[in-house]
Amino acid sequence: MKSLILAAMMLVLSTLAAAAQTGPVQAALQAQRSLIEESSRRTIGPAIDALGASDLQQMQMVLETWRAKDMWQRKSDGFFFAAQKTADGTYRLTDFDTGDPIGDFDKTALTQLKPNSGVRAMIATALVRFQLTSPDIAKRTEALDSIARDPEAGLLAPLRASIEGETDAFLLTRKQRLERLMTIAFDELPAERVAAINGMAGDLGVDFRATLNPVLATTIRVIDADVEPTGNLSSVLAPGSAALSESDAYEILVQAELAEPLTNADERDAILEANIIAGRVGSFPVAQLSSETARNAAYDVLVKDGAAPARVGAESIAGTLANYTFAEIFVEPSKDVTDAASAALAQTETRVVASQTLDLGLDALSLASIYFLAAIGLAITFGVMGVINMAHGEFIMMGAYTGYVVQQFVSNHTASILIAVPLAFAVTFAAGVALERLVIRWLYHRPLETLLATFGVSIALQQLAKNIFGTQARPLTAPGWLDGAWVINDVVAISYIRIAIFVLALLFLGLFLFIMKRTRLGLETRAVTQNPAMAASMGINPDRVNMLTFGLGSGIAGIAGVAIGLFAKVTSEMGSDYIVQSFMTVVVGGVGNIWGTLAGATMIGGFQKGVEWLNPSNTLAAQTYMIIFIIIFIQFRPRGIIALRGRAAGD
Amino acid sequence: MERSFIARNPSVLVFLALLAAFTLGVTALSEGFGIGVVSTSFVKTLGKTLCLCLVAVAMDLIWGYAGILSLGHFAFFGLGGYMIGMWLMYERTRQIVMGSLSEGVLPPTPEEIQAAIGNQIFGVVGSSDFPVIWAFADSLFVQLVLVVAVPGILALVFGWLAFRSRVTGVYLSILTQAMTLGLALYLFQNASGLRGNNGLSGLQNLPGVQAPQAVVSIWFLWASALALGLGYLLVAWIVSGKFGSVIRGIRDNEARVRFLGYGVERYKLLIFTVTACIAGIAGALYYPQAGIINPAEVAPIASIYLAVWVAIGGRGKIYGAVIGTAFVSLVSSWFTGGQAPDVSLGFYTIKWVDWWLIVLGFSFVLVTLFAPGGISGLVELMQRRRRKGDAG
Repeated sequence: MKSLILAAMMLVLSTLAAAAQTGPVQAALQAQRSLIEESSRRTIGPAIDALGASDLQQMQMVLETWRAKDMWQRKSDGFFFAAQKTADGTYRLTDFDTGDPIGDFDKTALTQLKPNSGVRAMIATALVRFQLTSPDIAKRTEALDSIARDPEAGLLAPLRASIEGETDAFLLTRKQRLERLMTIAFDELPAERVAAINGMAGDLGVDFRATLNPVLATTIRVIDADVEPTGNLSSVLAPGSAALSESDAYEILVQAELAEPLTNADERDAILEANIIAGRVGSFPVAQLSSETARNAAYDVLVKDGAAPARVGAESIAGTLANYTFAEIFVEPSKDVTDAASAALAQTETRVVASQTLDLGLDALSLASIYFLAAIGLAITFGVMGVINMAHGEFIMMGAYTGYVVQQFVSNHTASILIAVPLAFAVTFAAGVALERLVIRWLYHRPLETLLATFGVSIALQQLAKNIFGTQARPLTAPGWLDGAWVINDVVAISYIRIAIFVLALLFLGLFLFIMKRTRLGLETRAVTQNPAMAASMGINPDRVNMLTFGLGSGIAGIAGVAIGLFAKVTSEMGSDYIVQSFMTVVVGGVGNIWGTLAGATMIGGFQKGVEWLNPSNTLAAQTYMIIFIIIFIQFRPRGIIALRGRAAGD
Repeated sequence: MERSFIARNPSVLVFLALLAAFTLGVTALSEGFGIGVVSTSFVKTLGKTLCLCLVAVAMDLIWGYAGILSLGHFAFFGLGGYMIGMWLMYERTRQIVMGSLSEGVLPPTPEEIQAAIGNQIFGVVGSSDFPVIWAFADSLFVQLVLVVAVPGILALVFGWLAFRSRVTGVYLSILTQAMTLGLALYLFQNASGLRGNNGLSGLQNLPGVQAPQAVVSIWFLWASALALGLGYLLVAWIVSGKFGSVIRGIRDNEARVRFLGYGVERYKLLIFTVTACIAGIAGALYYPQAGIINPAEVAPIASIYLAVWVAIGGRGKIYGAVIGTAFVSLVSSWFTGGQAPDVSLGFYTIKWVDWWLIVLGFSFVLVTLFAPGGISGLVELMQRRRRKGDAG
């Protein structure tokens, strides 16, 4: 008896001794030895889980070493070590438990463990739990990214555990949000999940919707018509409805082997062709088989003779479908969870729609400011002076190319834009003055001729730009501080460049009002426009005023060109893209009134975005509808939204 | 009794005689029927030029005589081309499809034929179903009616809307330009049912005709010449009568004509619609010679060129429109076709392909500024001088 106890004690001691000798890490590794040696993606799972779940500090190092293919096994005893190649070609092994080198070994005494990429990915997942609590913030962020990318049920617990110790406020919010999302997806208690879902209901985040969607995933189950559906039922689908077309429903029956597949027209024809005997199929001459009915009839005769399998025609679909119920069943068994998820998703969708409406409004506003910007120079030359300048679009183009040329010389984008704006004004001002002096001056009171002559100029300028700059689009790069967007939530975002254009449009509106109402030039311009002879007799030089006003309008077009070039491509044809819209803006708004131009731009921009929203895939159609709309609109207000009255209206 | 219309307009006869002589001359020199000096492709260019002259005559009627600068008449021209193109493409595809399907053992069913044609025509826009607008594409007669009817109805509706709200002058020009832009953008969509920006192609192959292109090109030359002659006669007749006086009155002083009790809007609408129909016919003759039509053809710039041709030829003179169009379009195709020799300036070589448009643009400005009557205006001026010389 005594010796028995002694023997048992010896045994325990020896085991302890072995443990002391090898250390707990090595022991854990040895426990999984066979699996690690096999290193197969299919079987390694439990081993990695066991290692990853251990509380041992060194385990992270073990896993990293293993993943880096630096873990080697000593052939003599099967122990695992970290190995490092030394200068003389041997390998220095390091003990995982102590971190001490235990000696150099020749390669022949060792086996390298080479986990394949699938196994390495599993190791990486196991490592995430260590990284979540890592003191290195970059590692923690990386771990969170990896979880968010590929959430797994097993990561929920370590994530929860890591929240408490989190010091970084931003990471803490991220961790908490991710924990809620993963609770919805993976928690075992339905009540917890429902609570999490309700807590986040109405959230606009894409990740929230992406989490809810799999919860609400359904499968379509076919059951006999007289049997009540079981399981977490979502709805019963009627074949032929929008959710399930008759042919899809029939296809499901065929897949479930509840119905024969429809006889394919090609198969039918092949059988018919195979049964042609002396120019006939049965009693039908081949030449008569030129319609579906005739072919079906001939085939049915073949079926009757036993020469072909029975035909399942489209006409039998409805009868077959009537025998079955198509139940849409949630994959998720808990009804509480799916109900909560549906409600939360509905709430989110409502808020998404509201946000999208806001986003659409912002888009429309930004489009309107672009139109306004393109049209404001025209509001001066056409609206105030009554000159039809079809080369206005080319002035926009010249402004944009000026910006491009400046950027070739000034590499700092902020500085280059600051130089480009006045330079573009100067260039197009000069071009406008030249055009007025050389061409338009001779054609006042002959608007149709002005239109044609300026078309000539427009054609020539476009081709000139093509000759100088080529046909490919040139970049006009915005300064860095205009990159990015003001993100209001996951749905609503507006790029800074569009805000800048909106601000610029407002600035121009102010500038226009100031020049027209508060300066000598504005007063003289209005006088000359209303009655040139009277203005001249009051000592105003109409030639000079016309020249300066036209130059001003053209110069503003040049600045607008720089702004438009920042977000649109700079090509020789960019002017013609805007010219018709700009004239429309001025005409719809009411000629001669800047507020009318503003109203016209707002209306056209809003209408176009509205149509695009109804039919988002098709911006071309939006423009067509917009033009039709304008033509009809002019029926009701031929003089535009804001029509001038009284003397200012002129003729 | 009034003198007959021809007797009052001897220039019409001169024009018709010249046109006939030109057509016969080209035929005699062609590869198809003559000695083969003029290549088939040049015969096609000449035939197309005659079609452009026809639409220019229509443009002259509405702009030169009625004073309405329409910048949308090429939209009607293009629609005429699309209407005939639908039949040409459908019928030719049908014949090819029938040919390949009849090789099968069983005779093809109507459904198979339709599906195969649809697949051939609309495969490029990722569809195989026939849009509703192709419902009559199998009938040449209906499509020929549509060549006139579609531009006519569009012009009628658009003109009615525009004229009744008294849109005049440059506003109308811009509105017509917007119309053609809208049409071009619509046609550019794949969903338009007219093959999006691929357009309709292979139109030069007449279904069921085995004759070589050299012969077909002469047929089309004759058809174009005939259409131009008839169009010229029609327009000359319109402008020589009382109707012509009224529309010239509208051009010169619309308000006064209205006060005299004429329904100005009705006259304008009629002229607008008639010219649109003529443009549609011209387009239907043009595109089978060009072989392809795509939405770029109805882009606003095309209608502007039309105005340029008429202005350079001289508006208010029908022969001016013809001269201007023939001259500018042939010279343009000579310069842009790369046949014109480059001019070397030592430091820079002028390539006409690049510089022709600039020359055209500025010469257009010069014509507008210094010769508002265009080429025909210069001709008149010389005639008057000679007459003065004879008298003195």
